[in-house]
Amino acid sequence: MSLWKIAWRSIQQRSLSSLLTGLSIALGTALVIIVLVVHGVVAESFRDAAQGYHLILGAKGGKLQLTLNTVFHLSQPIENVPYSFYKEFTEYKDAQGKPTRGKYASAVEVAVPYCLGDSYQEFRVVGTTPDLFNKLSYGTYADGKPKFYEFSQGKNFVANDFRGAVIGAVAAKKTGLDVGDRFPITHGLAEDEDSHVHEEDAFHVVGVLKPTGTPNDRAVFVNIEGFYLIADHAKPVETEPPSTKDRDHQEQTSRLQAVDMMLARLIADGDLDREAIDEVKKVESLIGEMRKAFASQLDDAAQDVAQEEEPSSPSGGENPDAKGGLAPLPENQREVTSVLLLLKNDVFSQILHNKINEGNVAQAVYPSREVAQLFEGIVGHVQTILLILAILVVIVAGVGVMVSMYNSMSDRSREIGIMRALGAGRVTVMTIVLFEAILLAVLGGAVGVIIGHTSIGAFASVIADNTGVTINFLELAPATNFGGWWISPELVLIPALILLAVLVGFLPAVVAYRTDVSRALSHSP
Amino acid sequence: MLLLKNIYKAYCEPDGTQLPILKIAEFRVDRGEQMLLVGRSGSGKTTLLHVIAGISKPDEGIVEIAGRDITKLSEAVRDRFRADKMGYVFQTFNLLPGFSALENVLLGMAFTRNAVSVDRARELLKRVGLEHRLSHRPNALSVGEQQRVAVARALANKPQLLLADEPTANVDAGHQQQIVDLIRETCREEEVALVMVTHTAEICAQFDRVDELSNINLIEHSVA
Repeated sequence: MSLWKIAWRSIQQRSLSSLLTGLSIALGTALVIIVLVVHGVVAESFRDAAQGYHLILGAKGGKLQLTLNTVFHLSQPIENVPYSFYKEFTEYKDAQGKPTRGKYASAVEVAVPYCLGDSYQEFRVVGTTPDLFNKLSYGTYADGKPKFYEFSQGKNFVANDFRGAVIGAVAAKKTGLDVGDRFPITHGLAEDEDSHVHEEDAFHVVGVLKPTGTPNDRAVFVNIEGFYLIADHAKPVETEPPSTKDRDHQEQTSRLQAVDMMLARLIADGDLDREAIDEVKKVESLIGEMRKAFASQLDDAAQDVAQEEEPSSPSGGENPDAKGGLAPLPENQREVTSVLLLLKNDVFSQILHNKINEGNVAQAVYPSREVAQLFEGIVGHVQTILLILAILVVIVAGVGVMVSMYNSMSDRSREIGIMRALGAGRVTVMTIVLFEAILLAVLGGAVGVIIGHTSIGAFASVIADNTGVTINFLELAPATNFGGWWISPELVLIPALILLAVLVGFLPAVVAYRTDVSRALSHSP
Repeated sequence: MLLLKNIYKAYCEPDGTQLPILKIAEFRVDRGEQMLLVGRSGSGKTTLLHVIAGISKPDEGIVEIAGRDITKLSEAVRDRFRADKMGYVFQTFNLLPGFSALENVLLGMAFTRNAVSVDRARELLKRVGLEHRLSHRPNALSVGEQQRVAVARALANKPQLLLADEPTANVDAGHQQQIVDLIRETCREEEVALVMVTHTAEICAQFDRVDELSNINLIEHSVA
């Protein structure tokens, strides 16, 4: 009969107290498992959210705010940057239709613009180009391969379909939007008091994304061309100082108005004779004709300006037949909130980062760095606190094991005395008590692992529905570096519990070790 | 087989004075011999058994078992020696309640150098008439059955010396003789020396050798 079996029989003998102490360890372990797995999945989700591109460009301001509203669809968008700035990273056609390369375009694989500030129900609306889903990825698989966006229904919108929209998995589930559905978007964010709905500018759903586990699951993506055309989205055209020609027109018109008013006053006062009045009427007629002529010249000038400013979108899609009769917004009325930049080579990121930040127009941020800082600075601390609390629960449960075993030692002194009389040494009885503590900890821990993963499995669908983060029932907590070895913390948990058991079992074991056999045997049972 | 010489043991009172509880000039038991130890309560019978078993150490004297003075051994070696060479039957049976009858017998082999033999445990339980009660826990056994399990456990490690401390004290009169017969018979079969403590006069009459531990703790040798 092995010492393990003797220890197990001893546990069975005190079944109720063993069950309770084992259960307390199980619950503590389950809590640790849940925190570890959720922590790992959230961390992975954070990392994935900021992968797939090198830089985010946006207006000067807080780096974190730019990251929050571009990557996580949170916080208020900061100011916009000129459309011309975005074009510097793209290839486009100029006013004459000639292909032109932006200043930084040679370093850029793809530049995806974001226009933010609108919402649909509780979800942010992002005006963007089809390149977001066609050319960018959102993280990597375990083998290092990039994860590309996939559609559970429909497909990506095309550039020419100005009112096309793609819905994130969670947004689709929550809003009930399906392929073919039309929906209006709200100007402003749902929480803004002055937000209002653009009923007349409805978009239609052409695709629903598969869950990605990133914040994009909770967003609505619309064609940027359609976004621009929504009422109030066009940037007001600045009034330029009048040219010399315009000023001449205005001066002459003013003079004619003054003469006209003076003549009218003279007639009204009766200071003019019949002949003079006829002359005045001729002059008034002449003034009217001159006014019409000036007005006509002004209209022609305005049309010339409009033709010069006809847009040449870098995303292509200028086929007016496919735009549903919509004309694109002129470029001088466009802005973008941010730009996701995927570069042809990693080395360009530092150069572009410095170059852009030296200028006055915009800032460039490394999303992965910002997200890492955000995670470590805020989310990571919360997770660490939760983990510490969970570990404390396990330690308290371990102390419970110690107290329970220690209290039982006086009742067990006779049992220990019998074993000693049968030839068991002091170290042997001490080992049996330690084995008991280890068995309780390991079995409690094993039950805790099952409870933890079952709980995760039970709530996986709720978590996925609300966050888009999918957690597998059997998914181990992501590997962590333990002295150079990348191991899942869950695999360290059981050895850690054994160590805890040895620590908490030591005191009762010492009591067993010091049991006086003669005295123990002389006690009545 | 067993030789005690010039044994002296005393308890230290709280005020520091020594209270002698055992004084034995010489005590010898031969291989396979069966003897009875009698004496009034408090005369030191159990203490003497503990000294023989190596559970307690005498202040003076030697305890030689199978030619080896166990007072010279370290506690760990003494424990192992006890596990290998001796069996112990307690007055209150002292079966472990969480273990079945078979497991209690196996426990008697658990701390020896020899391999644990389930077959021997079964055989012993069969010999004491409990082959049908192997998996029963002590609380499911009668008092007589519990003591029979205790006898089987004490013999499990094939000891050379069996110490029995009033094994019939808690057994009704009808079963006392059965227990004594069982112990004596199995000891005879296995050539085990037996030192049994008892108060029962009827049992004293059945032994060739009865030694008395007197109030002054000296062994007086007598033959019934």
